[in-house]
Amino acid sequence: MTAAVEITGASKTFTTRSGPVHALTDVDLTVGRGEFVSLIGPSGCGKSTLLRLIGDLLQPTTGTVLVNGKSARQARLDQDYGFAFQQAGLLDWRTVRSNVELPLQLHGVGRSARRARAEELLALVGLEDFGGHRPPQLSGGMQQRVAIARALAESPTLLLMDEPFGALDEMTRERMQGELVRIAGETGAAVVFVTHSIPEAVFLSHRVVVMSPRPGRITDVVEVPLGARTEDTREDPGFFAAVTAVREALRGRPAGDVGQRLKDVRSAL
Amino acid sequence: MTAGVTRRGLGFLGRAALVVAGLVALGLAWEGYKAWAPADGVSVGGVRLLPRTNDAAMPHLSAVWDVLQEEQVATTGAISFGPRPTVLHGLVEACGHTLGWAAMGLLIGLVVGALLAVLMDALSLAERALLPYVVLSQTVPLIALTPMLSRWGNGWGLLGWHWTKVTSVEVIAAYLAFFPVAVGLLRGLKSPSVVHRDYFTVTAAGWWRTLVLLRLPAAVRHLVPALRLAAAAAVVGTIVAEISIGQPGGIGMRILDYSQVTGNSAKLYAAVAGAAVLGLLAAAAVTVVDLALWRYHRAGASS
Repeated sequence: MTAAVEITGASKTFTTRSGPVHALTDVDLTVGRGEFVSLIGPSGCGKSTLLRLIGDLLQPTTGTVLVNGKSARQARLDQDYGFAFQQAGLLDWRTVRSNVELPLQLHGVGRSARRARAEELLALVGLEDFGGHRPPQLSGGMQQRVAIARALAESPTLLLMDEPFGALDEMTRERMQGELVRIAGETGAAVVFVTHSIPEAVFLSHRVVVMSPRPGRITDVVEVPLGARTEDTREDPGFFAAVTAVREALRGRPAGDVGQRLKDVRSAL
Repeated sequence: MTAGVTRRGLGFLGRAALVVAGLVALGLAWEGYKAWAPADGVSVGGVRLLPRTNDAAMPHLSAVWDVLQEEQVATTGAISFGPRPTVLHGLVEACGHTLGWAAMGLLIGLVVGALLAVLMDALSLAERALLPYVVLSQTVPLIALTPMLSRWGNGWGLLGWHWTKVTSVEVIAAYLAFFPVAVGLLRGLKSPSVVHRDYFTVTAAGWWRTLVLLRLPAAVRHLVPALRLAAAAAVVGTIVAEISIGQPGGIGMRILDYSQVTGNSAKLYAAVAGAAVLGLLAAAAVTVVDLALWRYHRAGASS
C-alpha cells in the first residue's frame, strides 16, 4: 500500500529582489496511512511551505512530492485530501450547512446527497444545531470546527492542517485537539498538522517532525509512544517526557528516545 | 429573525422620514431666502454676491406647484395624453421616456462593464492594456461625443433593427454607466482574501466556479456603490444626450423647451424637479437591489 505522503529530496527556493531565499532544503518525509504527523519549528523554518508543497499550493524547486502515490497536482485534482487553514476561511454569505456543502457542490454532488452529508459532518463536529446560522454568528472555535467539517466533506484519506487552532484560546484549543484526535481516529485519515505549540504537537501526533530555519530543513523526528489519547494523556509522565524531547530537539540537541527518557524520569521519582 | 426584519423596516422608515425632512428644509430655505434677500440680489461694487430673488429667477414653490396643473401647450414631440393634458401629465410622460432610455443604457453599461471587469480580472495583460483606456474614456467630453455617435450610428441596421436617435441616447447613457461598474466590479472580483483563494485552489474548483461561487458574491459589496453611481450617471447621460442629439419626448428636451419660456421660470423649475425625481428613482431602484442582496454585505469579512 502506498504511503499517504512521500517526499523525496524536496527543496523550495523563492526568488526575491534581494536574492534567492531557501525556504526548504532537501526534505525527505513519509507519512503512512492513518498516521498523524505534526510539523513544528520556529517561524521561517518552512513548515507551512512544506504543507503547501503537499497541497500543491506551491511546487518544489527540486525533488518530488507524492500523495497517495500520485503527483501532488493529480491528488489535488482528485481531491485526495482536505485542507484547513489558520483562518476558517468560510464564506459569510452562505449558511454553515451550505459552507460544509461547498466542496461537494464544487464537484457536482446532487443537492439531497450534499444536504445529507453536511448534516452528518455537522453532527461529527458537534454543530448539528447550527446548520442554518451564518459564520459571523459563530465563535472562532465553532467556525474552525465548520472548516474542519468542510475539509472532511469528501472523506479524504489525508488532512492537511496549517495551524488551524492558532487563533483560539487555550481552553477551546484543548477541546478542539481532543475532537480532532477522535475525528482522525473515526475517519482513519492521515493528518499532516503544522503548529507552533509543543504540547499540541505531542498530544495529537504519532510523530513530531522538528524543523529549523535558514535554510528550512528537518532536524529531528520525535516518535511519541503514547497510546489512545484522552484528557488524562495531558497529565501522563510520558506526555511530559515527549514534550521535553521535542523541546530539546527544537533547541538543537538530540531528542533521543522518548521511551528511554520516560524510564529515566520514572527511576528518578 | 423577525426582530431583525422589523428593525430593518424601522430603519428604512426612519431614512425615508429624513429624506422628507431634508426636502422640507430645502423648501423652507428657498422661501426664506426669497423673503429675506432683495429682489435684485446683493451686489458689492458691481459684483453680485447673492443671487436675484425676483419671480423670474426664483419662483415661489407655490408657483411651481400651480404651473403643474396648467394646461399643456403643444411642445416639441408632446403626445396627447388625454383630452386636456396638464403640464404635470406631460412631465410624467417625459420622465417615463427618459427613465426607459436610462434603464436601457444602464443595462447595456452593466453588461459591458461586467464583461470588461471579468476579462481584466482573468487576464492581467487585459487589465494593463484596457484599464488606462477605460479611465481615458471618461475624459472625453460628452457634448463632443454625442453628435459623432449619432452620425456614425444613423443608418445602421441589423435583422430589422435600426439604429435610431434613441439608440444613440441609450449608448451615451451606457457610456457613462459602464465605467463605475467596470472599476467597482474589478475591485470586488479581486477582493477575496488569500485564504479563500487558496481554498478554491486546493479544492480544484476551476476558473468558472471560483468566479460564480467566490469572486462574484464577494464583489457585491463593491458593486452596489458602483451601481448607485452608474444609475445616476445613466440618468444624467440620457438627459444630456437627449439635448445634444435632439431626441424629443424626454425630460431633457422638456427642460430645453421650458428654459426658452421667458418671464415664467416656474415651468423650468418644474421640469428640473422632474429630472431630480428621476435621479431619486434611480437611486431608490439600486437601494432595492441592495436590500435584496443583504446576505452578501459582509462578504468574506469573517476569518
